[in-house]
Amino acid sequence: MCNQSVGLIQRAVEEAGISTVSITLVESIAKQVKPPRALVVPYRFGHPLGEPNNPTLQHAIIAEALALLADKTPPPILRVFVEPV
Amino acid sequence: MASFSELALRFRLFTMAYRYQRYDTSPNTPLRLPLSRCRVALITTAGFHLPEQPPFDETVDSGDCSYREIPNTVDTQTLPIAHKSHAYDTTDTEIDANLVFPLDRFRELETEGKIASLNYRHFSFMGAITKPRQLIRQTAPEVSRLLKSDQVDVVFLTPV
Repeated sequence: MCNQSVGLIQRAVEEAGISTVSITLVESIAKQVKPPRALVVPYRFGHPLGEPNNPTLQHAIIAEALALLADKTPPPILRVFVEPV
Repeated sequence: MASFSELALRFRLFTMAYRYQRYDTSPNTPLRLPLSRCRVALITTAGFHLPEQPPFDETVDSGDCSYREIPNTVDTQTLPIAHKSHAYDTTDTEIDANLVFPLDRFRELETEGKIASLNYRHFSFMGAITKPRQLIRQTAPEVSRLLKSDQVDVVFLTPV
């Protein structure tokens, strides 16, 4: 439900004229709700930023997500995050 | 990716039958500034609230569509105490709120000059909303207007 709620809020913020990007844990929901830009991450519910107390991983996820803002492809943009080795 | 098999049985059965909102297109507001010149705000659906704010009402079956304003000055260490979910394990969020609300990471981006600034407030919703009519019609547009009036350029959203 949370992933749907984020997508719906994101759509409203973008409609108000603010650029948005989100993280999603469930690709199938993002494909239906179509938030403008979302990064699909391979983690469990409750773990959109990967792991607790892992700033390196958390920054990698944020950087990938923020990079979607520079993508000139027309939304929806849905990219899958691959954890750095 | 998260799997519905992680959820408690009653939530799993519910999500299997649930019909999600479906749209054909996305709204689009392209970013016109480099991030280093942008004011950023965060939105989470982790259901966080400050100790002095009323908690989200978990007795509403269809989900509480209200929101809480989280000041940018908040100590992230104090946030997780306020929220417990019955649908998934919140242990790791209690260890590090940045797992679902990466405010400390964005503070670091601000210090490094990768973003211009963080907005003076952020927003928290409860994610478990099964009938999102009020969210779509009222509370999400309301928060959007507040962020627009704050002259926020970018909003970063995280689910749980």
